[in-house]
Amino acid sequence: MKPPAFGYAAPRSVEEALAVLADLGHDGKVLAGGQSLIPLLSMRLTAPHTLVDINRIPGLADVTVAEDGSVIVGALVRHAELLAHAQAFEALPLLRRATSNVAHATVRNRGTTCGSVAHADPSGEMTAILAITGGSVQIAAAGRRTRDVGAREFFLGPLESCLGPGELAVSVRFGAPAPRSGSAFLELARRQGDYAMCGVAVTVTLDDSAEVTTVRAAYLSVGPVPDVHDLTAPVAGQRYSTADWRAAGELAASLVEPEGDLHASADYRRRLVSVLTERALPLAAADAVARTQVAA
Amino acid sequence: MSGEEQFVVSLSVNGTRRPVTVPARRLLSDALRHDLELTGTHVGCEHGVCGACTVLLDGVPVRSCLMFAVQAEHHEVTTVEGLADADGRLHPVQEAFRDCHGLQCGFCTPGFLTTIAAALEDYPPGASISADEAREILGGNLCRCTGYQNIVKAVGRAQEIRTQRAGLSGDEATDRDST
Repeated sequence: MKPPAFGYAAPRSVEEALAVLADLGHDGKVLAGGQSLIPLLSMRLTAPHTLVDINRIPGLADVTVAEDGSVIVGALVRHAELLAHAQAFEALPLLRRATSNVAHATVRNRGTTCGSVAHADPSGEMTAILAITGGSVQIAAAGRRTRDVGAREFFLGPLESCLGPGELAVSVRFGAPAPRSGSAFLELARRQGDYAMCGVAVTVTLDDSAEVTTVRAAYLSVGPVPDVHDLTAPVAGQRYSTADWRAAGELAASLVEPEGDLHASADYRRRLVSVLTERALPLAAADAVARTQVAA
Repeated sequence: MSGEEQFVVSLSVNGTRRPVTVPARRLLSDALRHDLELTGTHVGCEHGVCGACTVLLDGVPVRSCLMFAVQAEHHEVTTVEGLADADGRLHPVQEAFRDCHGLQCGFCTPGFLTTIAAALEDYPPGASISADEAREILGGNLCRCTGYQNIVKAVGRAQEIRTQRAGLSGDEATDRDST
């Protein structure tokens, strides 16, 4: 349970980091919070030639709420910092609702939100949040303009993203909520802080007379990548207080293809998708009403 | 791995600056135990699950098995050895564990003590900590002996001791105990 030997670089600027990563190519691996990478090293599931520790680079630890209401989170922002960020919560409440479910406080003190996205674990909360907010990852490389990659293109499979050799995810941008929309996040784990057996992030958008116009959901631990599902059909045009959320939950269960493992069978996960969706949607609808004060 | 590159790292542990020479892969937990002989920090699972190795980094709990020693430079590390006062007076959480029988074999205890010591700082003396809040604080630490009940009690007791030490009337605290 000791990591294998590796080279170590601790660049002091993004430019220096990109130069080092470009030199290393496939041999380089970025170290930020390390809360997923270091266990993988200790269990010898990965053995990079050189770790590029970005923790000493200034300017990567900012949370910025953009004018359009999206929230940009720098590569060194720890989960705990995002959780405590009042403006980010106000702009995008889903961020805090999900982040409070990321592991335990001790891990949130060190782990980074951007790293969690880059790790591309389909059981990770932030991957689902990036997907459902229509967010993107800002990817830098030496000698090239930073490219902005949407969640759908970013996540390729379990623990696999489109980050290539020499590239560094410098920030993630979580998209602003739509007008008259609300959100909710629920997950079920054996113990608070454990990996979720199933989790759901939902958004519900209402029209001016508080009738449902759009319902979307993204799940954790039920597929290889965080797909966003449209669950509008069974509840379209229904009043938010009496909408048939159960039907939306059942639709969701028919759309996902979970796999079973030690913690939960595929059937159980599918059932959880249905139940958690049914529970989360009225919360999101009520949130939409509260946030926009549409006629209730 | 005699050819492995070595790094001289100036660690600051419990207020004392201690240089160590380590390879990059040296976990902070191992640097504390093997290089500095501070064996109070215990290593359980060594992949971030059990919480036994928790130390404070700039006052905030982190798993020392999920950090490399080279990353701890320019940060202040507090281990369980650094919780008590210089004159040997126990930290409130240590006293509370003794009072409440919050440990049996003691292996996981250093991680609990550091985690709780940091969490107490979020509560002003006099404020109470509910059992639910205590369980949330303890959620990332595993104990295989106690069944946790006495550890949960010790969180509340530690807060009482802090309140008493802060000079808020000891009588008040005692009154609360008996009600």
